[in-house]
Amino acid sequence: MRPATKTAELNKQWEEILRAVRDRILALGKVLVRKRDFYAGGLLILFGPVMALKGPSYRLGTLMHMGPGFMPTALGIILVCLGVIIAGSAAGLPEGEGEGILPEHPEWWGWGCILAGPLCFILFGSYGGMIPAVFSCVFVSALGDRTATLKSAAILAAVVTVFGVGLFSYILQIPMPILEWRGL
Amino acid sequence: MIATALTDLWYGFGVALEPHNIMWCFIGVFVGNMVGVLPGMGPLATISILLPLTFGIHPVGAILMLAGVMYGAQYGGAICSILLNLPCHPPHAVTCLDGFPMTKQGKGGVALGLTVFASFVGASWGITEMIFLAPVLVEVALQFGPAEVCSLMLLGLLAGSTLARGSPLKGVAMTVLGLMLGIVGTDLETGAERFTFGMTHLDDGIELIALALGLFGIAEFMNSVNQVASINTAYVNVRLRDMWPTRAEFKQSIAPMFRGTAIGSLCALIPGTGPTIASFVAYATEKKISKHPEKFGTGLIEGVVCPEASTHSSVQGDFIPTMSLGIPGDAVMALLLGALMIQGIVPGPQLIKEHPDIFWGLVASFWIGNILLVLLNVPLIGIWVKLLTIPYKYLYPSALFFVCIGVYAANNDMFQVGETIVIGILGYILLRLDFHPAPILLGFVLGPRFEENFRRAMLISRGDIAVFVERPISAIFIALCVILIGGQLYVRMRAAKRARAEKRAALATPGPGVTPSSPVTLDQSVSGAAKAEAEARAHSRLLAIRAPSASAENFAQITFGCTSVL
Repeated sequence: MRPATKTAELNKQWEEILRAVRDRILALGKVLVRKRDFYAGGLLILFGPVMALKGPSYRLGTLMHMGPGFMPTALGIILVCLGVIIAGSAAGLPEGEGEGILPEHPEWWGWGCILAGPLCFILFGSYGGMIPAVFSCVFVSALGDRTATLKSAAILAAVVTVFGVGLFSYILQIPMPILEWRGL
Repeated sequence: MIATALTDLWYGFGVALEPHNIMWCFIGVFVGNMVGVLPGMGPLATISILLPLTFGIHPVGAILMLAGVMYGAQYGGAICSILLNLPCHPPHAVTCLDGFPMTKQGKGGVALGLTVFASFVGASWGITEMIFLAPVLVEVALQFGPAEVCSLMLLGLLAGSTLARGSPLKGVAMTVLGLMLGIVGTDLETGAERFTFGMTHLDDGIELIALALGLFGIAEFMNSVNQVASINTAYVNVRLRDMWPTRAEFKQSIAPMFRGTAIGSLCALIPGTGPTIASFVAYATEKKISKHPEKFGTGLIEGVVCPEASTHSSVQGDFIPTMSLGIPGDAVMALLLGALMIQGIVPGPQLIKEHPDIFWGLVASFWIGNILLVLLNVPLIGIWVKLLTIPYKYLYPSALFFVCIGVYAANNDMFQVGETIVIGILGYILLRLDFHPAPILLGFVLGPRFEENFRRAMLISRGDIAVFVERPISAIFIALCVILIGGQLYVRMRAAKRARAEKRAALATPGPGVTPSSPVTLDQSVSGAAKAEAEARAHSRLLAIRAPSASAENFAQITFGCTSVL
């Protein structure tokens, strides 16, 4: 056999091995992107470096005289390690197990309303006082339920406002104006 | 020693019976019981929502009220799980197994009556344990240097995160995240501002209330909105008359009650094994020693009173390390400890000496509170049962308002409401990724003290990390940590091996008629309980607490693994 063909054959073998490895990695990746734990680990791996890389800027110090940056850096490194293990363990799960991050019926509207409620509280509380804050907070978040109507939400909000302002403003004396326009 | 303990207890009753203190205790117990009954509201959410209300109160009154809220919510949760088959709080998941079938047979009232009694027995024993053990522990703990405190905290953190619900690895990850969140703010020793990202509002660190209400308020509401099916209220007509057990039923439940109490108090002594594990272990044990284990799950009174007694006995027992060492065993205790810290009281072994009114007043108030609960629950059962029918769509917007105003009132600062929203979003993402947020709170509360003691220990030992294994007491704690992790790994591997063997056996013997028969072990009966729990959950479709059966099975196995290793 001539050396040229030998090298060609070797190249071919290498190519096959590389292709097999690539296929394996791609298949693993396909499994992983569907696993919940992969993202769980990923999230930790994202959090870790924020701590670990920002830590040294607060001065690490020595083991004897620890600076303020020592603990964050150490914790960040631990978190990254944990993230890698958790993400890696997802590969061992059989097909169809522990998949899907969103619930079966995502409630974007409901989630939005629940988050919008406190936001309304901040907004109206800063500019209008307690009554508009409480009313808007309860009203908006009550709309998140699928069976809620504008009317039912308004009634609930009114009841909670009367009760809440009575309890917190008159009995517990929270220092927040009841009704006041502070302007923008 | 007994004489001093009794004198101190007498003093404690004096504190707890002061009119304003007894009033706070009553308010706490009453509100806790009321909110605990509401479907979908566990003790954690209840305490965090009511925490801001206690800021204006004297520390003694505040802690009495919060503790009252906690065990009041426990009592309420039992009602919810027996009558509605909704485990509002994880320890009660086991109670559903036999409690709800009893309700179906029309014996729900009897189950409730005996539960109240069993809880009282369990709690009384837990309190007695606390009276005699806590001062002894303090004597030991006062000799601790920073190295010992540090390794003890490490043990507490590890146990709290790995023995809790869900995957141990994820539990540890959440604890680390909690430690990180505890770092935010001004460093105590050097004054460096860490992770404040230029926001002066964050200089004092993340507010405990914002964290707790974000994780257990907003995130939980997002998790349960539109998920709660209409509640089956067919069986909730319980009157006072129905609660009296017959003589035979009473006799039948006496022994399981005491067994449950004993198991609960044992579980309380192992750090990190809270009421949930205690109730699972109690149920499994009761089933194992019963003469008719096959009847469990069909409405057996033993299956109700034993876990309930053990839950309450271990809840009271959990106060021992929290109050005497300053090391909370679970998130609820961490929250209570955080409340004390907000009041300006430093937790730790010196607490009993420096603030005897808090400690002994608390102990005495436990008894008063538990008696109040028995008195409350018996005549008011009709009202509680009515509360069960409040739909979630009215509940969560009102609760959300309490969250907002509570966080605002803590510091009169709108920024913290925004903080709560952000933490709520993060908490929901974590929930969706199968993380349980409770260990975050544990890490957050212990974090700053852990760092402080670690630094001090390193300073004293001149940077020699070996100090943790050279000092004998510290070495014991470290050894326990190693055993804990080793036990987990061992149980894991054994379970994996068994699963593989079963798979092979199933392959070797094809055909549905031949199933590999294995002796019923304790683990399996627990996994049976976990499966039944999952069924109950699927039945009720309440997603407020998500405990996949696998995780319940897992932590029960781990407990057995640990005890067998020890």
